[in-house]
Parts: sequence; C-alpha cells; structure tokens
Amino acid sequence: MSIATTRTRIVRPLVVRRRGLLTRHPRITLAALLLGTLAGLAIFAPFITEYDPMTLAVTQRLRPPSAAHWFGTDAYGRDTFSRTIYGGRISMQIGVSVAAMSVLIGVVVGMLGGAIRWLDPIVMRISDGLMSIPAILLAIALMSLTKASVATVIIAITIPEVPRVIRLVRSLVLTIREQTYMQAAIASGTRLPRLMLRHILPNVLTPLIVQATYICASAVLLEAYLGFLGAGTPTEVPSWGNIIAENRTFVQLATWNVMFPGVFLALMVLGVNMLGDGVRDLLDPRLAGRIGK
Amino acid sequence: MAEEPLLVVRDLHKHYPVSAGLMGQVKMTLRAVDGISFTLARGETLGLVGESGCGKSTAGKALMRLIEPTSGSVRLNGIEITGLSRRELHAQRRQMQAVFQDPYSSLNPKMTAGALVAEPLINFGLGNSAERRARVEDLFGRVGLRAGDMAKYPHEFSGGQRQRLGIARALAPGPTLVVGDEPVSALDVSVQAQVVNLLVRLQREFGLAYLFIAHDLAVVRHISDRVAVMYLGRIVELAPTATLFARPAHPYTQALLEAIPIPDPRRRRSRAVLRGEVPSPINPPSGCHFHPRCPIATERCRVEVPELRDLGAGQSAACHHAPAPPAATRETISA
Repeated sequence: MSIATTRTRIVRPLVVRRRGLLTRHPRITLAALLLGTLAGLAIFAPFITEYDPMTLAVTQRLRPPSAAHWFGTDAYGRDTFSRTIYGGRISMQIGVSVAAMSVLIGVVVGMLGGAIRWLDPIVMRISDGLMSIPAILLAIALMSLTKASVATVIIAITIPEVPRVIRLVRSLVLTIREQTYMQAAIASGTRLPRLMLRHILPNVLTPLIVQATYICASAVLLEAYLGFLGAGTPTEVPSWGNIIAENRTFVQLATWNVMFPGVFLALMVLGVNMLGDGVRDLLDPRLAGRIGK
Repeated sequence: MAEEPLLVVRDLHKHYPVSAGLMGQVKMTLRAVDGISFTLARGETLGLVGESGCGKSTAGKALMRLIEPTSGSVRLNGIEITGLSRRELHAQRRQMQAVFQDPYSSLNPKMTAGALVAEPLINFGLGNSAERRARVEDLFGRVGLRAGDMAKYPHEFSGGQRQRLGIARALAPGPTLVVGDEPVSALDVSVQAQVVNLLVRLQREFGLAYLFIAHDLAVVRHISDRVAVMYLGRIVELAPTATLFARPAHPYTQALLEAIPIPDPRRRRSRAVLRGEVPSPINPPSGCHFHPRCPIATERCRVEVPELRDLGAGQSAACHHAPAPPAATRETISA
C-alpha cells in the first residue's frame, strides 16, 4: 500500500516537470530542435532527396541553387543538397563516436590516475606528451600512417582528445577526494571500489557530460579541417569538410558549394555547444532546484 | 584492576612534514597533535575543546585513522587500532563512527538521504535490503526525519536536517563510540540546541560514548561529563565538567573561561584577556607551549615541558604552577 502511494506521489510531479522542461530550458529545446533536424536530414537522406550524392552529371556542372537543385551542383554536377545531408551522416558519426570513446577512455584512465598515487605521475606525463603535439598535426600524422577511412579518422581525432579528458577527470577526482563526504564515506566503512563507483564517478559525470558535448563539436570541426587538408575521410565519402575542400577552387564561381555545407557545419557546432551549456545547467541539482522555484 | 575503558588513547602524535625555502630544502615538522593521552568510558561524553588550529579535529581523525597517526596507541574495546591492517580496521570501524562539522559537504550530493544512511549497513554487510530499509526508516524516525524524505537529495534539506542525516548515518552500523567533529558549530544557535538535545537523547537510547570536539564552551559544558582542553597539539587540562568550569587549574583554561561573554552589564572583567596570538605549531615555544602568553610563567616554564599532573578528584593539568596559584586567583575573581 505504501508503495502505491509513493508511486503516485512520484509520477505526478515528473509529468509536470517534463512539460515544464521545454519552456524552462529554452536553450536545450532549441539545441535539440536544431540537432534533431540535422540528424533527421542525415538519417532520412535517401527519402528526402532523389539525387545520389556520388552520381556524376557532367551536363549539370556548377548550377546555382534552383528548384531542381536546392543547393546547386558542384564541379562534377553532383547535387550539393544531397551531398550536404549525406555528409551530415559522417560528421555526426564522427562527433558522437569521438566524444563517446574519448570520454570512456579518459574516465577510466583519469580515475585510476586520480585515485592511485603511484600511477598518477606516469599517466600525467604521457598525457602531457600527447598534449604538447598540436591535435591537427597528430591527426594528420596518424592519418598518413594508415589508410583513409571513417574509422581511422575517428581514432586519429580521439587520441588527441583523450589527454584533455584525463586531465579533467583527474582534477575532478583530486577535488572530490578532499571533500568531507569522502572522509565520511571512509569512516562509514566504504572501500575503494565502491568509493570510486558511488562517490567519485557520479560527481565526475556531470561536468564530463558537458565536456563530451564540446568534444563532439570540436571533433566535427577537426574532421572538417582534416577533410579540408586532404587528410580526412576518403573523397568518395562526402563529409562537410571534404565537400568544402573539394569546392574551394570554384568558391568565387559557385559560392553555394562551400557556403551550404559550411552553414550546416556551423549550425551543428552551435547546436551541440548550446546543448552542452543547457545540460550543464540542468544537471547541477542545486542550480536546477533554483530554476524550478 | 578495573575493566579497561572503551577508548584508551596513549601519546598520540600527528606530525606533518613541511618544506620551506625556494627549493623546499628546509624541512620542518608541523606538530598538529603532539602527544595526547586520555580515556573514554562506555556511555561517557568527553568534550575536547581548544582554539582553531590547536589540533583537536586532527586528534579526532587520527584516532579513527581517517588520517594516519604518526605514532601513539589507540585502543578501542581493548583492540589496538593503530596497528591494524586495512581489513582488520574495516571490521573495527563499525564500532567507531563520525559526525562531521559541515553538514553541507559531508553528504554526497548525488546520493539520496536513504542511500546515505543505508551505506554503512551495506559496507558492513548488515541485513538484506528489506531489513536495511526498515533500519533506515527506524533511524530516520529516531533522529526526527520523516521516512518519506528518504528519496530526497541532501540539497533539499535544511542545515539542521542534514546534520540529523549525518547522525543517522553514524548510528546506522550500531557503534559504541561516536566522534563528533564540531557537529553543531556550523548550525544556527536555535538548531544547535535541538541537535545537541538529540545527541543527548540518542546517547541514552543507544548507550553511546561521545568524543565531542568543539570550540563552543557553552555547548561542551551542556553535553560533556569530562572536558579536555587542548593548546598547540597538547592536552593542557582534563577534568570533570563541573570542576573544570568552577576551578580551572591551568592558566590557559582560565583565560578561555574568562573569554566567555557574561550576559550581565554590571559585571566587570577582573583580568586582561590573553595577549598575543597562538604560536605556530611548526615552531612551538620551548618548554610549556603556553609560556609566552601565560601571566604566571617563570623560567622553569621556558625550559621544562610540564607533564599532565593529577590534581585529585579526576582533575589533571599540565602546568608547573598548578594547582595552588591558579585556583586562588580564580576564587578572588569570582568573589
């Protein structure tokens, strides 16, 4: 009986809160709308456009935007709208994978480094070493060692991001370790594994989710840089970066080929960053409580 | 010989190495706790008072091995705590629990109130989940929280309620000793009284022994059976509460008591308040640590470290000049 009463008590405010969420956090709503639209375009690309992003149409070269070709065509007569929305697939795939992988590796290594004293200097010096190499240079070097594919691009972008996550996690762990609640937990007999999982990890996670969104945004940009420099995804796979790179020679003749993927890229980065800021505000329970009142 | 008291602390030290100089080449030692000894009987409350930085919190944490003591012996129920391995210590932790000063930082903000109180039960493998839930509910009731608040997070409670949560967590595994590290200092005065009364009631219900660390003499006087006064890492006086407040033997204790404001405008202070600052525990004065500020210090105090001397009736003080001169001055003051 007591369970039934608590259930109704819990469910009701949740529904109210969910309805209020959209108006209370306009940034998240806007970001979700933006990212949702971009993701929708990418996922449902085959149903949205009749043009294949790879098919050459020599007679249709460098056409300006029109009813038939919304974003015009490129130097090979390929439909730019189709290439742009298909390109979103690669960009998003890379953004999400890089964020997920670097956070996962960073959390495990960073927490071990922060919690185990002798491991800390080793982990930190390796990260320092990795961080002293510019990310783009490291990625180009890694790309030149392997053959170009989406997977290698993801790995090449993840590696320079990992030390940043490690540093963040480590510094958070060091701060949390000194909190009185850690001492209180030790005093109540909590052992290391539980201490890490129940006390450190949840308190690391909030700032980390925010960091993950920024990594996602920077990975999308980095992929574009790599594509632009010719060290990114293979040219036959359209990504926003390599579409811009390919069309830069005709930028004065056909601005649209560079502009539209560029705008999509900017919107995606804007959306992800906005989402990060919004989530940061939402996940801080103290802040959230204040907004709720 | 009588049965050994619940807690016996002998010559407990906690020193910190301090590096100074440009390259950290000057090695010094900060003597946070510099050899303290006391005992605590079952169901007794010992107040540990002193100014900030005198090492009272460090002493509390060192005896629970929340920080490792440098040397000394701590016996709880006849078991030597200082020599235990990690695993053995875990088993003994059930007996000694802590309530911390800051009710805001001592509760993990990501755990619900119920989970926080249940955690020690899980750690010590006490009961299954239904039994734990019942125990937590019972504890909530005993500390004056509603069982319906178990799903709430710490930030949804007031300071006083949070401290009640901290107390419930400390009581959960059924300890015999609770170390309160300034458990009411961070609370409003009205809430302080409620929490102190709660602590007194719980002590009776569970037969707990308290080591009550505080700087507020009024609170200590209310709750303690005996009081130990610390100055720069050492206990300077230890006496039953009534004796300590009526006939303080150590000049430092006398100065502390004189610093208590008296709510009577006609009553005038008869003696100057203590001069100077507390010296640094990195470079403490020679002999008696208190001699540079002591009104009755002599050459002997500069050279010889005074031992904690028994003055009868459970009172002991670490002063070469106790008891005769200080006790006499005190009486002329209060006359």
